[in-house]
Order: sequence, then C-alpha cells, then structure tokens
Amino acid sequence: MKIALFATCIVDAMYPATAKATVAILERLGHEVVFPGGQACCGQMHVNSGYFKEAVPVIANHVAAFESDDYDVAVAPSGSCVASVKHQHPMIARSCGDRALEERAAAVGAKTYELSELLVDVLGVTDAGSQLGSWFPHRVTYHPSCHGMRLLRLGDRQQRLLDTVRGIDLTPLPEPDQCCGFGGTFSMKNADVSSAMLEDKAANITATGASLCSGGDASCLMHIGGGLSRQGSSIRTLHFAEILASTEQHPAQIAGEVQLLSGKAAQ
Amino acid sequence: MSARDEILGRVRAALKDSPQVPQVPRGYRATSALDEEALIELLVDRLVDYKAQVTVVDTAEVPTRIAALLAGAQSYVVPAGLDTGWLAGVEYEPADGRRHLDSADTPLTVAELDGIDAVVTGSAVAVAETGTIILDGSPSQGRRAISLVPDHHICVVKATDIAGILPEALRRIDGTRPLTMISGPSATSDIELERVEGVHGPRKLDVIIAR
Amino acid sequence: MSQTFLGMPSLPVFGTGNLHASESFPKAAHRELGNAQLRANLGHATHTIRDKRLQVVSELPDWEQLRDAGSAIKESVMARLPELLEQFEKNFTARGGVIHWARDADEANEIVAGLIRETGETEAVKVKSMATQEIGLNEYLEEQGITALETDLAELIVQLDHDKPSHILVPAIHKNRSQVRDIFLREMPGADPALTDDPAKLAAAARTHLRRKFLTAKVAVSGANFALADSGTLAVVESEGNGRMCLTLPETLITVMGIEKLLPTWQDLEVFMQLLPRSSTGERMNPYTSLWTGVTEGDGPQNMHLVLLDNGRSAALADEMGRSALHCIRCSACMNVCPVYERTGGHAYGSTYPGPIGAILSPLMTGIQAEENSSLPYASSLCGACYDACPVKINIPDILVHLRGVDVDSKRGKKKIPTQMDAGMKAASWALSSGKRLGLLEKGLPLGRLAAGPDKKITKLPGIAAGWTQSRDIPAPPPQSFRTWWANEHRGPDPEGGPMPSHNKGDQQ
Repeated sequence: MKIALFATCIVDAMYPATAKATVAILERLGHEVVFPGGQACCGQMHVNSGYFKEAVPVIANHVAAFESDDYDVAVAPSGSCVASVKHQHPMIARSCGDRALEERAAAVGAKTYELSELLVDVLGVTDAGSQLGSWFPHRVTYHPSCHGMRLLRLGDRQQRLLDTVRGIDLTPLPEPDQCCGFGGTFSMKNADVSSAMLEDKAANITATGASLCSGGDASCLMHIGGGLSRQGSSIRTLHFAEILASTEQHPAQIAGEVQLLSGKAAQ
Repeated sequence: MSARDEILGRVRAALKDSPQVPQVPRGYRATSALDEEALIELLVDRLVDYKAQVTVVDTAEVPTRIAALLAGAQSYVVPAGLDTGWLAGVEYEPADGRRHLDSADTPLTVAELDGIDAVVTGSAVAVAETGTIILDGSPSQGRRAISLVPDHHICVVKATDIAGILPEALRRIDGTRPLTMISGPSATSDIELERVEGVHGPRKLDVIIAR
Repeated sequence: MSQTFLGMPSLPVFGTGNLHASESFPKAAHRELGNAQLRANLGHATHTIRDKRLQVVSELPDWEQLRDAGSAIKESVMARLPELLEQFEKNFTARGGVIHWARDADEANEIVAGLIRETGETEAVKVKSMATQEIGLNEYLEEQGITALETDLAELIVQLDHDKPSHILVPAIHKNRSQVRDIFLREMPGADPALTDDPAKLAAAARTHLRRKFLTAKVAVSGANFALADSGTLAVVESEGNGRMCLTLPETLITVMGIEKLLPTWQDLEVFMQLLPRSSTGERMNPYTSLWTGVTEGDGPQNMHLVLLDNGRSAALADEMGRSALHCIRCSACMNVCPVYERTGGHAYGSTYPGPIGAILSPLMTGIQAEENSSLPYASSLCGACYDACPVKINIPDILVHLRGVDVDSKRGKKKIPTQMDAGMKAASWALSSGKRLGLLEKGLPLGRLAAGPDKKITKLPGIAAGWTQSRDIPAPPPQSFRTWWANEHRGPDPEGGPMPSHNKGDQQ
C-alpha cells in the first residue's frame, strides 16, 4: 500500500520523532510512505478560534496537497487533526460557500486515517510486539485525547496497541475520559480554567506511578508534558507511535532521565 | 400588530430557509415481552429502589392488606369510585369519622385533606421498567388533591395493569385526562445531588400489587 | 396567520432579561476558581450525578435510538413551529385555558403581574421554572408588591440566601449541606436551632416551612417541560411534590413557557419521558410528573393561563447553524459532564443558562454583541463530552465553533488596531497555507532553542501566549523539522511538489 503521511504542523515542527516513528512502523509492515511536500496544517486552530476566512486558504492548501490519486490512503499521528480534515474541512468550505472545495475536501477526508485506525482497521495489526517488533520496557499510562475518542470514535485502539508492546507496563489512568484542558487557543484565552483542568489531569497521571504518559495527539501531550514539567515532575510524555516504533535495536529516544523497568536509566 | 401575530411572524421569518421536516426514526422499543410474573418482579424491584413499600397479594387478599396498612391511620380518604370490596377488611363505623369519601361533586377542602392521615386509591396503569404508577383521575383514583395532601398513599395496582415499558403504558391511557405519574414517594436530590425520600408529596407510598 | 400580514418583521429580535454575562467569562471564571469550597462542592456533585446518569443510561438497550428519535422530533418541531403553535393554541383554548403571547421578558412579566393582580392576591407560590428565571419574574413581582415564593428546595435555598441559581436542575449545587443548614437557620422563620446538616432533616425543614403556604395559596406560577400540540396538554416533571401542590391546589395557575417547548403528539412523550429523567437526575423516572389539558371541572385550578414566550427564541431559530440549541429540554446533563462548568460553576456564565448549553443558547438569544456574551462560546475546550451526553443530540461543540466565527466576523473592520489574536491568526493563515512557507519558518525554529534554558524548556512567553506559560513549559524546538529530515533522507527538498516516495529501506529510526 502507498501511504501518504500527513505529519501535522505541530509534529513536523516540534515533534519530528513522532513522524519518523510513524514512517518506521508503516515501512516495517512493508508499505511505501510518501510525504506530500505541499502539506502544512489542517487549519483547526483557525477554525476553532472562529477565524473561518483565514482557515480557508489553510484548508485549500491541505486539500491540494492530498487530493492526488498517487497514494491509497493518508495517515496522520493525530486524532484531532484527522477529525478536522474529515469533519471541519467540508463544513468550513460549505459555510464559506465554496461547494467545489467542499466536495474535494470530503474526498480527501474519506481516505484520511488516524494512525491507530489505519493500523488496526486497515492493516490488521493486533499485536504490536509480534507484528511490529515493538519493545518498550517502561511503566506507561495512557491518556485518550478527546477528539480521537469522541469525534473519531477510536475506542480502545491506541490502548490495545500499546498493551501488546513487549516489556511495557501499561497502568490505567484514573478518569481517562476527562479533557486535559488544552483546547487550542482555549489554553490561552481561558488559561485559568485550562490550568485547573490540567492540574487534575497531571495529578491523575502522577497517581499511576508511571514514568511516561502516552497518547495519540502531540498537542495534548505537549500541554500535559508542559504542565508536568512546570510542576518539576520527572514524568515525560511520548506519542504512542514512538512506543510502537521502539525496538531492542532502536529504542525510543526519550528526553531526560526515565527509569527503565529493569532499573537502568534510558536516554 | 398583536404580540401573537408578531411572534408568529418572527418565527415564520426565521424559517425562511424552509428547513426539511425529518422523518422521525422510531427504532426504540415499542413493546416488551415479559410475562405477568416477570412484570411484577421488575415493578417490585424498581419500587423498592425508590423506597416505596410493596406487597404482592392475590386479589382476594387486598382488603386484608389495606386494613393492615390503615391500622395506624386515625383517618383516611378514598375516592367515591373506589371498589368498596377493597375496604371490606377495614372496620367501618360511620359515626367515628375515620373514613372520608371524596368526589368532584362533594370535594373535601384542602384543610380537611390536611387533617387526614392516609389515602387509598387504585391506579390506571403501571410501568415495570421505571417503577411508575399512573393515576388518571378516573373514579377509582379520584381528584389529584386526595393522593397528594395526605402523607401516606396506599395504592392498589392490578397485575393486569402493569406494562413493561413506558410506550406500552402511555398507549393505554387518555392523555387529556388529568394525569399524575408517580415513581416512589416524594424525593429530592437538591442537596449535593444525593437522593432523599420524603418532601412535600406523600412521604410514605405503599403499593399493593394484586394478581 | 389569520390576520392581515403586515410585512416580514425584521430579524432577528433579540431577548432581554437574565441572559447576559455582565463580565467576560475568563474574568468571572478566575474569581470563581479561587473559591476552593465552591470547587469542592461542584466536583463532588457533578461526579455523583455523572455516575448515576451513566448507570441508568446503560440499562436501556435502545438509548441511542431514543436519542435519534428525540433529536428528529425536535428538529421537526422547529421546522413546523408556526403551525404547531397555532394548533396548540386552538386545543388549549378549547379546553378552557387562556393563552397570552409575550414578545420579551418585560411583556411576560407585565402579563403575569396583571393576572395575579386580577385575582386580588399579593402572594403566589412558584414551581421551579427556567423561563421565569430568564425573565426575572420574581424581582419584577417584588417591585409590584407581589411576593413570589419559590417552593423547589434548591430554589428555596437560593432565594433564602439572596443568591442566584448556578445550575438549571439543581440551582443550589454550589452549596454543600452545612451551608444549606446555615442558610436555613439564618433565614427560615422558626427553624429548629437543633437542625442538623442531614439532607433528610433539611428537606423536612423545607416541608414544614412551605406546608401552610401550599395549603392556602390561591395563585401558582409554573413553567412547563412539554406542551403537546395535538391535545393542548402541558407537562411538569418534578421530584418533591411542590409541583403537584402548585399545579393542583390553587384556584389560578399561570404557566410561563418558551415557544420551543412543543411536541407534536402524545406519542412523542414516550420518547422524552424516557430521555429526560435519566439525563437529568440520573433516575429511571422522576418521582412525579403532572399532565393537564386545560381545565378539569372539580379537579385542580379552574383558571388556567399560559404565557407563550419568545424573548429571543425566534432569533435563535433564525440562525440555521444554531437553531438546534432550541432542542434543549433543560436536563442539565451537558453541564454535569462539562470539565469547564465543573470548575467554574454556573455563576461564571452570567446568564440563567450556564454550562455548555448556556454558552450557545445565551448568545443565540441575545445576539453575540450583547454585553459580554461574546466571551461565552470560548468557554469550552471543545472536548465534546456535552454532545455525547445530550439526550437530543445537540452538537454543542459545532455550535460553539460557529458562534466563535460569528463573533470574529462581527468584529471585523470595527477595530482600528487588530488584536494580537487577529494579527496572529492572519499571519498563521499565510504561513500555514503553504508547505514551502511553513518549511522556511521551521528553518528558523531552532532559534527558539536560544530562548530555552539549559534544561531545554521555555518557561515564559509574551502577549497572549503568556496564558500558556502561566502553568506550562514549552519544550525547546528540535534542531531540525521532520520536513527537513525527510528531504535530506529522500530525494531532496521539493516542498511544493508532488509526493516524495520514501526509500522504503526499513527502520528509519
């Protein structure tokens, strides 16, 4: 299968390791990955902040970058950005009166998948350890991001994949369905409420005793990680793609000191 | 322009895009398939959950049961159309003023009702799944005030009047009658969202299921 | 319309009354968040009700089908509203009821006061009603020398404390039991000094306090949960029996109801009476529901009035994207699951309608430019919990986003100097609408590493981004973007070109 990677702007600019891991997983399964160079951003920040007019060029750019027939499916390591592509792009095009863009956007959306959705539903991955060689000997907890959970109905796909990684100690997170408080510009416009939500999320993560919190959206993980870091916590955040890509030969790169389950510090 | 015409005009103008009237998908359950014993069991379970007292008796035992429940009541009211046989077990001395009859033609005053300890009524239909008893103001149930003001409500539900689910029950009654749907004694969740039984409506609800 | 049509009224005509935030949501939220007792009370109450709702909803195998039916019924009510209103009016009137139409809060208040005055009474008992909160009826009646006595326990607590409701189902949700006891001891004449904070004892105290009032009241004022167009029937859903008292014992009943509360037929009630109790109090059924169709001789009030209220509902209806907010049946499930409401409580929203539904309903009814209501659609992280909980499937997150768009557009060109947000969004639109431009910008990102300390963290940002760094660090940017890495690994940069195939050479890590 020829798979077009939509890296998403935040991963492209801030978390390239997540995109590299996505490529690694897909190639390990024998698929060809392409990177449409025109891609930039899904435009969700504009849409969710009410700047529809400014969102249109961003959306049009994404549609132009991904409407080629030269690949079978597109994938992004983000529930939120995929939900935007599938749901918001046609809606904004319609509300701005661009019927042609609406149709083209719907066509792109129809072949765009979130990573765990692609792995489980399309590529048949049921056991990351045996099918991807995934190995990650750390105690990890997992936060299901809202948009993947509620807009894409990913269910437990990401968690099931993590659960089958060899060596992992996956510890359940209390109140997993509670939003971390990111919400894009919400985190700045309503910084106090956002911080209060984050405080509770961080406390729940800390209570698990895990050294890492994983998830499927770099933005939420940046938010959670930023809060933990500010509190002086040693708990790191890591996208599930990086955990799936991690093997004995090429263990995931984790910023800072994280205890291995065997007791040895990993870099 | 009158307020009526202006509001209707505004509403029409608001709908100038002529939105479609959707077909209502009624894929929810319209019937249930429980037999009488199962219906009784479910209704009892739900009523007990609401802290109502429930007994299941044979129809012939209803008078005895009512008499037992009224034992502590100084006075009680019954709707004029109540099955008189149900009261056969209650000792009746017209002179002692214990029993009060109420009807739309000869209604008791609110003050009189306030001085009465208990009320005995029948019911129109019950819903097993939700533990709900519906009174429709027909002769065995009487005016709404009589099942409201006295603090103890004794309500007879015939097993044949138990429906499994709400849609079945609502099909059996006339919606234009004065209706009261009762699910347990009065209750409130207004303090810390914790349910407490017993506020303004009858604080004690005794249900007799007669089969 | 039966009378001469005097031309299309100019739309929209917005609502008045208690529908406004008088200070911006972030400012109000900041204050409320500082109240630790409030947060503890709300956290406890919302978690209790969430669990109960989930439990009773999971019992029904056809919950989703009921939601689908409820949503479609409400959608058809909105599409057929003029016709259904006329049908209802005809049936209610035929059964001895009197209908009054009120364009806005002031008109509704005047009608109710006039009707009470006609009875010669100066006191009325009230059943909890959102519509009368919305129009500020109690305050208006007080000005007119009429005492309106709230009889719902939570409304009574709020009224005795001279406070404002903070929740549409449980208006005193922000008070805990010991606070309630203190209010009763302070404000309730004849309260037993030995009163404990046991909720059962508190409920009993309310019973004693109100009993005499119920038994002697001549006039009651209520709202209505549903109105059936095909029969003229009204329904009130309640728990305590205060509703039954008000709807049954007085001689005169005045009901105030929004025009959107209609249901087409009796059959539709079977849907809503399954959806509402489970969504609101988390019960299989609420203790009492009263239904009445006009006047019944010898049973209940013999003078029956209904005030049909617009007050901005037609304005909400005119918004094609927002009109489904009028599907709301006031169950409060959305606020009970909302992480924002849970932390700020209802007062932060200013309006009678707080929480997610309030954040859309209030600006739809008043217009986005009314006072501080433009801040309400931003009071959400768009987590979507409200949409999942809504029994009539109002897509609250989508409407929040729609109203943000309305807000941004309403301000375009009106400001001499664009806000930081405007400027940032414009610049970001330029940068993010081209892979080449984003690529170029990313090349500059490593400069951001200079702003980070030796721990590779950025802890302070200027301007609106300072909101982020008040509680969160930002990692230093990586030395190289993914795009650049890919271009180096593969066949060279072609940022605006077609797909660039990978070498498919196995693990790239």
